[in-house]
Amino acid sequence: MKTKTTFSRSMAIPAKHLVQRFALFLLVVSAAGLMVLGKFDVAAVDRTRVVIADSVAPVLEAMSRPVEAVSTAAEKVRGIIQLYHENARLERENTRLRHWEQVARRLAAENAALRGQLGVVAEPGPRYVSARVIGDSSGPFVRTLLVNAGRDDGVVKGAAAITSAGLVGRVVQVGERSSRLLLVTDLNSRVPVEIEGSGTRAILAGDNTARARLTFLPGGSKVEIGDRVVTSGQGGIFRPGIAVGQVVAIEDGVPRVMPFIDWDRLNFVRLVERPLVENRQFDDADGGGDRLLR
Amino acid sequence: MTETVWQRLDQGLRNLVPFALTLAMVLLSAVPWRVSGAGAITPWLALMAVHYWSIYRPDRLPYIAVFAVGLLQDAVSGTPLGLSAMVLVLIRALVFTQRRLFRGKPFVVVWAVFAAVAMLAAVGTWLLMQLYVWQPLSPWPVLFQWGATVAAYPVLTWVFGRVHDLTLRQH
Repeated sequence: MKTKTTFSRSMAIPAKHLVQRFALFLLVVSAAGLMVLGKFDVAAVDRTRVVIADSVAPVLEAMSRPVEAVSTAAEKVRGIIQLYHENARLERENTRLRHWEQVARRLAAENAALRGQLGVVAEPGPRYVSARVIGDSSGPFVRTLLVNAGRDDGVVKGAAAITSAGLVGRVVQVGERSSRLLLVTDLNSRVPVEIEGSGTRAILAGDNTARARLTFLPGGSKVEIGDRVVTSGQGGIFRPGIAVGQVVAIEDGVPRVMPFIDWDRLNFVRLVERPLVENRQFDDADGGGDRLLR
Repeated sequence: MTETVWQRLDQGLRNLVPFALTLAMVLLSAVPWRVSGAGAITPWLALMAVHYWSIYRPDRLPYIAVFAVGLLQDAVSGTPLGLSAMVLVLIRALVFTQRRLFRGKPFVVVWAVFAAVAMLAAVGTWLLMQLYVWQPLSPWPVLFQWGATVAAYPVLTWVFGRVHDLTLRQH
């Protein structure tokens, strides 16, 4: 009896090791398999990702509220400390904005009059859904956000995410109650844009840094620091004229664009449905810049 | 009789603590902290949790649990599904087999060894990601995250140690 116990014990430990080794091997292979399937856009992998994200969305939302409260409180304290400077800055900004308001009103009236003369059919305003940011990947490889609105709220894949400041990114994954936004600074983000004023078209390509690159500029086009960049509407993903950012540097001949979004204070976004599908198909045929992954 | 049922339930819940805490780390790092911009790099909290429990209670955080944690991280953070899962499972294997290196050593030594482990994890993730997107990626974000992770290690291990004391150590 005694020998038997010793025997089974001496067998049990290597057997356990063997099972563990096998589990390790199996899991590493599964992980590699998942990555390969994901790379080739197998729907089931995408589906799994959506289901997992969807199921933790309520937890993330609950966790994001106190965090937001703390950030807001910290912001308030900072605000009180800098009250005087902030006030002076806002006054300056207000004066400038008043001027622009006058310009905008005049232009809007002029635009309406010209459209009337040309007989342009008025476009219906876009529908949008507001959503709260509940997850921030902030990892070294991806620039995405999770928001708390999904298919149930009418969000569709490809919707543009904007704030009053400008373009945030676009919806790349839609769950039932959560969606993932690909930010304009992400490595996979390609946004067809144009330089405001000159109308020079280009593609704004993210590279995971804070400033995106302006690529595919036509030869001989002049881009200067301070130029504003807006969506061109080419490719049909985004409506034309959404503010994107400003050229802040030119590195090795490649202009760098700093988005207008203040990422630190981004708590809510508006998800705007994409323009009509017919336009998109038409534009894709002539090589609109939508070469987005996923 | 009821007491034993309660005791069992209690023990069962205690046994789940390492896994639950590691999952919580994933969610905690996904919450929008809004501290310092889009380039903000948060420490890899899940890595620290996997590292800690692989040394002190590997029986309560088996490979399959680590795999699940990795999948959750990939799904929440938007990295390719399987990427973090693979790296974390391999780190679990490495730390588990070398756990004697950590036990009973002065904290500074443990910290230094963790820094090396975290560097391996960072470089591994970086290489796998480049393979996945098939283009070169800057190593700086990974190095920043590594720095943040190593810097946060003392605080996090202290927290894990407290939780460990409260729930799983025999009195």
